[in-house]
Amino acid sequence: MMAVHTSVFAAWLAGFTPVGFHAPWQRFNVDAGEWTTVAKSLGEGAGDLLALWGEADAVHMAVRAPPADPCVISLAVAPALASPASPLPALHPHAGEGREAANGGGKGSGCFPSVGRFHPPAIRLERAIRDLYGHMPLNALDSRAWLDHGQWGLDAPLGARISRPRRDPADYEFQTVHGHGLHQIPVGPVHAGIIEPGHFRFTANGETVARLEERLGYVHKGVDALLTGAALAKAARIVARISGDSTVAFSFAFSLAVEAALGIEAPPRAAVLRGVMAELERVANHLGDIGAICNDAAFALIHAHCGIFRERVLAASDLAFGHRLMMDRIVPGGVACDIAADGGVAVLAALDEIAPRFDEIVALYDDTPSLQDRTCATGRVAGDLVKRWAAGGHVGRASGRDFDARRDLAYPPYRGLSFTVPLYTAGDVDARLRVRIDEVRSSIGMIRDWLADLPSGPLVAPLPQAAGPREGIAITEAFRGDALAWLRLDADGSVARCHLRDASWFQWPLLEAAIENNIVADFPLCNKSFNCSYSGHDL
Amino acid sequence: MRTLLLKSLFARPATIGPPDADDAALDELGGALAARGRRLLGRSLTIREVDAGSCNGCELEIHALNNSVYDIERFGLRFAASPRHADVLLVTGPVTHNMKVALERTYAATPDPKWVVAVGDCGCGCGVFEGSYAVAGAVDKVIPVDLHIRGCPPRPIDLLRGLIALVDKATANDEALHSAASR
Ligand code: SF4
Repeated sequence: MMAVHTSVFAAWLAGFTPVGFHAPWQRFNVDAGEWTTVAKSLGEGAGDLLALWGEADAVHMAVRAPPADPCVISLAVAPALASPASPLPALHPHAGEGREAANGGGKGSGCFPSVGRFHPPAIRLERAIRDLYGHMPLNALDSRAWLDHGQWGLDAPLGARISRPRRDPADYEFQTVHGHGLHQIPVGPVHAGIIEPGHFRFTANGETVARLEERLGYVHKGVDALLTGAALAKAARIVARISGDSTVAFSFAFSLAVEAALGIEAPPRAAVLRGVMAELERVANHLGDIGAICNDAAFALIHAHCGIFRERVLAASDLAFGHRLMMDRIVPGGVACDIAADGGVAVLAALDEIAPRFDEIVALYDDTPSLQDRTCATGRVAGDLVKRWAAGGHVGRASGRDFDARRDLAYPPYRGLSFTVPLYTAGDVDARLRVRIDEVRSSIGMIRDWLADLPSGPLVAPLPQAAGPREGIAITEAFRGDALAWLRLDADGSVARCHLRDASWFQWPLLEAAIENNIVADFPLCNKSFNCSYSGHDL
Repeated sequence: MRTLLLKSLFARPATIGPPDADDAALDELGGALAARGRRLLGRSLTIREVDAGSCNGCELEIHALNNSVYDIERFGLRFAASPRHADVLLVTGPVTHNMKVALERTYAATPDPKWVVAVGDCGCGCGVFEGSYAVAGAVDKVIPVDLHIRGCPPRPIDLLRGLIALVDKATANDEALHSAASR
């Protein structure tokens, strides 16, 4: 099967017949050969892989090949047979070689042709599908479990659910690194700071990191299973809690996906209030990150000031929306509550207080060469890597990937709004910091504009009863990058299946590249400049 | 930088006044600590935070305790990087199966006397993650818990009030011991 090149990829996709009721973008059922063609095309740079996920009898991937709209490609997969006597076969790099032809490449076997084999960003996603559903990626490059640490007491919890005794969680084969004088530094899952758990295995040559390998999955909470069959209101509460720092962005994406599936739009006032909340969340997180990055370079003064700024934003958000992180405020159809009567004033006052002081802090950063000595040229990520991984947020925009879902896949209230998306090419810690600085300023501007002229009207649109299953997809721009939500609603309005993909999936692997050839002591700095979500990734 | 430092020097402090200890927390802690204050803590407790499966919302608010507004260190409470230096484990999240062993090991690595505070609706129950195949349970299903601070996430002020109650109780107990010893 040949890959399809960029120029014709979109046209080639458009040749398929879309399945019914998938909005706003289309979904196509393909066969194994066509699935592989898509994988190869992605590998050759014809488009971006946005997500790759499974369900009991299918695997799906969301791809984007501009100028065409994103779309979802689906391949039917036979559910793995439940049989306690035959646990899932171990997967080897070339397991199933040759079986592709024999069994039609996935049909009837619980297998699907590997995407990661051609397009490395898919590797971890495939490992996750195998762990959760038992569908095996054929000819996959990495056969190790990813989210499954052998602690659930069962294999494939969303598939065959074969019971399996627990094993030692530390039993994991890290990749070997050979070389004279190399030593290993294992870190985590419990880290030194107040951060989420994950394991980092460094191989260092003296002080220099020769290789970092991440092992994640520690905070896997079984979100995909919890969402399956959940009533809409319950599902919305779960979605708001998959990554606390992006609660607004995920509730936003989930609500947009529900609305797309049901063919409605939130009323104008709700749309603008959603925007206000999303930008407040961005400002608060960026302020926290800017401070924390400088703190990891031992410059506590900026951290102290940014901590106060962040606190002011959260306090104002609390006053305006009744929750410091604005959890559960965005709901399918609109928003759960109006902005408090004095909320707008409180938010504007907080921004007025912060803005000039933030400028002083930025000037301080600019005037402190000893600090920039730590951030500049540290943790470089090459432009072609962020492009290949379609890394969003500050990770992508600091390395020249000019993408922002608010502009490029515009949704209300960003539709028709003109704003500058910061873009840097250095790809280092400094560039990721500067993206955040620029975004704080632009978000403050948006919030001010919106609050000055809030549309009046209802807060929520009634959700219509669907006649049959409906599917929706949406992407919002969280502070760390694009957040994707895909779902299928049953006719009774409950969630048949929902998958959420945090930007971290395509950023974590690049952190491994960023730290290479840097000193071990710069890891916290690099890590903070990424600030990937563990919970949002592990789900 | 000098102007900024000078400005800060003459500005009103950003720090809020000390809150009262949380009554409910004092009640819960009631007798629990009586038997355990075996050494002089000098009205200070060192905390090790453990995320055992949280969504990171609780971590954001625990982080806030260190900022100049809440400034937790003025109450004799500080965060340590290792459980071996800690008196208190502050544990968030529904404990996931994948974190259970790590949490048990962290608890084992914390020297006695030690206290465990379960944080958030998830740490105290399982929150919205109740019933998942991947969740082992609330923190007290895995290690003994002395104090529960609820909320999703709890506000920093609630965390502060709970922890002040803990430091009051834990060290009052010490003082009693101390005065008994010196008598
Ligand atoms: S209590 Fe709420 S904020 Fe804390 S971990 Fe659970 S869901 Fe997240």
